[in-house]
Formats: sequence, C-alpha cells, structure tokens
Amino acid sequence: MEHYLSLFVRSVFVENMALQMFLGMCTFLAVSKKVETAVGLGVAVIVVQAITVPVNNLLFQFLLSDGALAWAGLPDLDLSFLGFLCYIGVIAAIVQVLEMVLDKFMPALYNALGVFLPLITVNCAIMGASLFMVERAYTFPESVVYGTGAGVGWALAIAAMAGVREKLKYSDVPKGLRGLGITFITTGLMSLGFMSFSGLSL
Amino acid sequence: MSVDTKSILIKPIFSNNPIGLQILGVCSALAVTTSLRVAIVMCVALTVVTACSNFFIAMVRNYMPSSIRIIIQMTIIATLVIAVDQLLQAFAYGISKQLSVFVGLIITNCIVMGRAEAFAMKNPPGISFLDGIGNGLGYSVVLLTVATIRELFGSGSLFGIEILPLVSNGGWYQPNGLMLLAPSAFFIIGFLIWALRTKRVEQVEKDEFHIAPHTIAEASH
Repeated sequence: MEHYLSLFVRSVFVENMALQMFLGMCTFLAVSKKVETAVGLGVAVIVVQAITVPVNNLLFQFLLSDGALAWAGLPDLDLSFLGFLCYIGVIAAIVQVLEMVLDKFMPALYNALGVFLPLITVNCAIMGASLFMVERAYTFPESVVYGTGAGVGWALAIAAMAGVREKLKYSDVPKGLRGLGITFITTGLMSLGFMSFSGLSL
Repeated sequence: MSVDTKSILIKPIFSNNPIGLQILGVCSALAVTTSLRVAIVMCVALTVVTACSNFFIAMVRNYMPSSIRIIIQMTIIATLVIAVDQLLQAFAYGISKQLSVFVGLIITNCIVMGRAEAFAMKNPPGISFLDGIGNGLGYSVVLLTVATIRELFGSGSLFGIEILPLVSNGGWYQPNGLMLLAPSAFFIIGFLIWALRTKRVEQVEKDEFHIAPHTIAEASH
C-alpha cells in the first residue's frame, strides 16, 4: 500500500507531467485562459489517463512484449516495435468510446467536457504516460496508480496556471512579452516552485 | 514557382515559426534541449517525420473520406515514427536512450498533425514535402538555440567539448545548474519569443484589456 501511495505522490508532484516533464504543453498553453475550462479539461484528462494507461499496460503485457504471445504458440515473437501504433490507437478509440458513453448516460458531464474530449487524443501527456509506463515496466496495479496520478498532476498544474493567467490579464506587461511570452515565464516560475517537491518521498 | 517554393521553405523559420507563433510542438522543444547533440538528433527526426508525413498524406488526400482522416493521418505518422525509432535504436543506441519517450511523442507533436491538417490536405505532395522541411527547420532553429544556451551555460560545453573551462577542472567558469533543470527552458523560450516579437512587431498579441492612462496627476491640480 505504501508503495502505491508513494508512487502516486511522486507522479502528482515530483514528476509533474506538465511542469517537470513538459508534456501536454500545447494544450496547457492554449486552454489555460479561464479557470472553468481548465478544470473541465483537467477532469477529462484524469479520466482518460486513468483508463488508457492500465489498458495499454495490459496490451503491452499480453500482446506486445517479448514472448507475450507464447499462449498462441508464438514464443519467439516480439511485437514491441508496434507499440506506438497500438497505444495511439487505443487512446483514440477510448476517447471516442468515452465520448459516446458520456453522451448517452451523463449528458451533463458530456456538455461540460464536450469540446475538450477530442483534443485529448493529441495531448502528449496521455501518450507520454503510456510510454513512461512501458519504459519503467510498471505492473498492472502500478499502472492504475501512475495513470491516475499523472492525470491529477496535470490537472492541478493547468488549474493553477489558469488561475494565474486570469489575474495576469489585468497587468501591464511589456509589449513583446504579452500573451505567449509571459505565459512561458510564468510556467517557468511555477515549475521552479514544483521543484521544491523533488526530494519528497513517503 | 521558384519564389513560391523559397517562401514555403523560409517562411516558417522566422515569420511564421511553429513554436514562436503557432504554439505548436512545444513539449519536446523543452525536454530534449539539455545537450546539443541530443537536440540535433531530435530536430533531424522531427524534420524527416514532418516532411515524409506531409508527402504521404498529400498523396492520398483525394482518396480518404474526411470522417476518418484523423485516424489515417495518425496511422501514417505513427508508422513513420516507428521507422525512425527503430533506426535510432539500431544506429544510435545511446542517444535513443537519452531521448527516451520523446521519439515516440513525435506522434502527438502538434507540428506534424498541424501541418498535415493545414497544408498537406490541400496541396500536392512535392510542395507539402517542402512545407514539412520548412516547418521542421523552424522548429530546429528554436530547439538548437535553446540547446546551445542551456548546454553552454549549464555545463560549459558544446557537443560535450569544453568551451568554458569549469572551476572543477581548474578553469574559471562556475556552471549554472539551473540551466540544466526544467524551469530554465521555459524562461529561455519566453525570452526568445520576446526578442522575436520586439523585432517583428506584427506578431505581438492584441490585449484583451487596455489599461486606462493615469489621471491622478490631473486630479491633484
């Protein structure tokens, strides 16, 4: 239990997807203008991360990794080179399915998230979490914890960023720095803040 | 034609830079820039993938139904990235280990998808290929600038060759550790955008709010 808790804390704070790993930056910069939309997107990312990382983990363990197809009589087959194609396929499919399920059963949530769901397919934080999971050889329960943690960390970062930017729009920023420039520098400062978590472990 | 070709190649480098203006493909630009050698490999990989994916997508653009075009584009891009990744693992294993997941993340790099969607879907293969190279170069310019600054001031070297003699080796330069950490990349890109926009004023973003001029001085009379 302690191990999982420590993994969760590490994936939320120490290895924050947005601020320490630089993943999902494009969406992070583009959708962080308002707190409301940022929180919506953050929740959607948590949900998708928590599903895709474990699914990709199963896919890797039972189909793609070296010798995984032994049950089918093909013990020498190593399909791990097909990884990228499979993971992105899984992510796109799950986002699509999630969109349909939400539309049918939870229309309120669907309307809140609607616009952001398709955006998530091309969010590198999702793909990145799956690739890190394979690289670090997480087991299935670990991948559940890691996926959720990575999503929560990203959501936290974008919500905080949106809060800062909402206030920032009233400030008198030098001309060339307005918009993108100052956003980058603010993100840098936030990342500096998150670095103080780097020694954290349970 | 030749003028057109030239502008397609040159324009994305400064006046329509994918990172500076279109905010595309920022993730990897930040993560792989602690050393120049790794950054160059990343640039070459991305330029090749963007150019080839533009070329192939433009070739099939008239045959794919628009409802499933995203998945087709994704498949083409993912296949190219797998090829690049396998090549790197075969011929440059050390660098491929250093790049770790970031080669795979070229798939979700917005530059590749963005150019496929915005340019290759509407133009013939030859021109699309050049557009891919142009945007790859625009990305490379930013990446290499950031990597040069970070490696030079962070570890006093370029390509692993010592330029500024370090204190620990009996020289005079005390390396700036911050340059090797995550925040410095954000700061450098922020300042680069500032510099670019001071030079090219038309790129400055319009303000949502205008600050009213001071009136206190008049009121005190």
